[in-house]
Amino acid sequence: MAEFVTVLVDGIFYSAWLFVAAVGLTLIYGVMKIVNLTHGSFYALGAYAGASFTGAWIAHGYPPMLSYAVLLAAAIIITLVFAPLIERGILRFMYAKEEVVILLITYSLFLILEDVIKLIWGVDPYFVSEPYGLLGSFDVGEMTYPTYNLILVGIAIVSGSGLTLLLQGTRIGKLLRTVIHDPEVSRAMGINVDRFYLVTFTFGSMLAAIGGAFTAPTVSVVPGLGVEIIVLSFAVVVIGGLGSLPGAALGAVIVGLVRSATIHYVPALELFVIYFVMAMVLAFRPRGLFSLAEPRKI
Amino acid sequence: MAVVLDARDLNKRFGAVTAANGVSAAIEQDSVVGLIGTNGAGKTTFINMITGYIKPDTGSIHFRGRDITALAPREITRVGICRSFQIPQLYASLSVFENMMVSLGVVLRNAGLGGFFSRGRPNVPGYDAPAEEVAERILERFGLGDYRDKNAQVLPGGVRKLLDIALTMAAKPSILLLDEPTSGVSAEEKFGMMEMVMAAVKAEGATVLFVEHDMEVVSRFAERVLAFYDGRIIADAAPEIALTDPEVKRYVVGGELHRMDEQKGAANA
Amino acid sequence: MSNITPRDRTLPMLGAVLLAVIVLGPLLPKWALFLLTIAIAKGMVSLGLMLQLRAGLVSFGQALYYCIGGYTAGSLGRFFDISDMLLQMICGASAAAFVALILGFLLARYRGIFYGLLSMALSMILYGLLAKSESLGSTDGINILPSTIFGIRPVQEWVRYVVLVTGCSVAALAAALVQRYLKTPLGQLSPAIKDNEIRVEYMGASARKAIHVKYVIAAALSGIGGALAATAVGHIDPDMAYWTTSGEFIFITILAGTRSVAAPFLGAILFETIRTVAFDISPNTWQMTLGISLLLVIVFLPEGLWSLFSRRKAA
Repeated sequence: MAEFVTVLVDGIFYSAWLFVAAVGLTLIYGVMKIVNLTHGSFYALGAYAGASFTGAWIAHGYPPMLSYAVLLAAAIIITLVFAPLIERGILRFMYAKEEVVILLITYSLFLILEDVIKLIWGVDPYFVSEPYGLLGSFDVGEMTYPTYNLILVGIAIVSGSGLTLLLQGTRIGKLLRTVIHDPEVSRAMGINVDRFYLVTFTFGSMLAAIGGAFTAPTVSVVPGLGVEIIVLSFAVVVIGGLGSLPGAALGAVIVGLVRSATIHYVPALELFVIYFVMAMVLAFRPRGLFSLAEPRKI
Repeated sequence: MAVVLDARDLNKRFGAVTAANGVSAAIEQDSVVGLIGTNGAGKTTFINMITGYIKPDTGSIHFRGRDITALAPREITRVGICRSFQIPQLYASLSVFENMMVSLGVVLRNAGLGGFFSRGRPNVPGYDAPAEEVAERILERFGLGDYRDKNAQVLPGGVRKLLDIALTMAAKPSILLLDEPTSGVSAEEKFGMMEMVMAAVKAEGATVLFVEHDMEVVSRFAERVLAFYDGRIIADAAPEIALTDPEVKRYVVGGELHRMDEQKGAANA
Repeated sequence: MSNITPRDRTLPMLGAVLLAVIVLGPLLPKWALFLLTIAIAKGMVSLGLMLQLRAGLVSFGQALYYCIGGYTAGSLGRFFDISDMLLQMICGASAAAFVALILGFLLARYRGIFYGLLSMALSMILYGLLAKSESLGSTDGINILPSTIFGIRPVQEWVRYVVLVTGCSVAALAAALVQRYLKTPLGQLSPAIKDNEIRVEYMGASARKAIHVKYVIAAALSGIGGALAATAVGHIDPDMAYWTTSGEFIFITILAGTRSVAAPFLGAILFETIRTVAFDISPNTWQMTLGISLLLVIVFLPEGLWSLFSRRKAA
């Protein structure tokens, strides 16, 4: 029983982290039909910005309790620098191309950003563990967990419910759903589709950066951080159904719990199991668990 | 004459919509059959069921005595039933000639010819010539010779329709289903186009079913008319009889006249 | 397609290149021999990707078969004491083709990004398994026995040359066979599948079966490439199956284009050269150089660098 609780708690933490890291990917795909590999780059950018800003903040002797706000601000600022540049500067000229070609374009942007990160922050690792230790810990059963882990759970809940409310309950959400349904008609109706794309791309990327920033205090921030998160995010959103918000949540929970259980019971299968679940879902529900039927062709 | 295609009591529902309601028709060898009816009357559903794109809920389709109801589209094509499309389905990145060659390649392959280990240029089954020559011949017959090296993507509408039909000739079909062969073609060109298509098709000896909205074209080219309304066949007779049938006049011809008026109105506006 | 290459010079060209490698090889420095061998190995994988790309499919998991080829070669040495290069390549190709034959039943149903994502997932499954399997060295991988051919171990001075010539000969043969395949009706179906699958079905052909065949051929080619890379490097590790390795192969294929069976090899040589040179000049910006090159090729030469050489009239 105690072990089960451990698996569950670990699984929840891991799911929350996955959701924050991956939800932007599904948002961007859902609205813009772009399979966006730069998502991993924004995660890494967020981590680097978070680590370096917070490191500087603490080194200057400013109040450490505000370092959480600095992490958030770092993620937002770094995204506002890069995301509009990429969307307005390059991606918007590519929307007419096939999905697969756009995927390749984001792949080349991912390669470029990998080195941009190295040029800005160098190749030495960054550590900022202060925010991690600051909040103390709490107990569940016999296990002790850092309270910091709850922050990501909070971010996951806020971003997930916030996005749902935005899409379902507001005028902007209604317009956005129109854009998703038919960008051409929306344009003809006078909706500023370009602005929706810019905002969606920026906001989706920002979520990845926030995920990276709040992960930074728990790891050493090194080059290549974004590489692994890309495949993990794909696993999460593909399991749920590309473009589906509840799908991403479900995918995160499935991957989170499955991984946590595997680590506890069969550690050797830790990596295998995530991609196995992804392949199985694709095999039986090619468009994911939350998916729409394909339209008739002739 | 011998019955080649026998559809018996076909039924098909899509949710609340009945697309086919007890449709039966026996098609005789070498006949030319016109399918008429307003949009949504069940003509395309009928063609889609015969060619295997959708399966009827109940009922059966026999081709020369063989039950083909459950076969996949490509298997139905292989027994000799081919179709053209309302919206031409071409290989957009290939030239007209290459479009033809791909089609002939499939025919060769299905006959076990021209594979990895074979040598030389085998003759296309049903034609006594290799693929290149057959391609040229079919293109000439459909008046597509001038477009031979043009990319399929850049062809004018009428030419696209012709190529779409020409592609089906590669397999030398015994039954050819033409889904609105003259849609999108101007009224002046319709007759010339149908003359050419019918001459080309008849030269290869195929039984033809065609969907058509223009009653003048129907009465000129069809030997027999199947009139569809609300998923049923409401008339099955020679054109001069079918087109004067009061029910057909009310549900089909009237609708078509109304439709043509609308189109003219739209064109004038 | 018969009139894409009006007079086909591919076979004489392959022969000439092979001859040039045999004659000029001894004059090249060792690093160049190694670079060429790795390029040939990656070119084989890219040739397989090209077959899929011609049908409009991009696999983000071709590294799966590269890795299977490499680990087959490694296992032959570790468990059976076999170090013959040709045998390693044959076994690598067979193992890869066998796995592809089975997975192909699944994958051939997928198109577009779902084909890419599923193939990536399958490749990552193998990565996950190898990274944790101790008998195969976990994440560190294992070493490969020194290369031999027909039971003979070449003297140290000539090993790189022998490996290169062997790899080149196999690659030339494979390219010639692929060329022949592309001229069969099934091979010519690729652009048709890409353009309009509905028409393909109504023509009486099975697009799924055609894709399955291409997938198996591509896997066999990748298996050969993996075995060749393994014997050339002398070491294998699970990164051979990681998604970034697949990314490299896609890079090469897009760079090269799909117009000739020789293009993937040229693309691979170019890729390895850009990478080596860029890495030498500035170790922290070589990925950026690659990324910019890829972006430029996609935007300005959507049919790849080979389109600069081929003279097909614009339609």
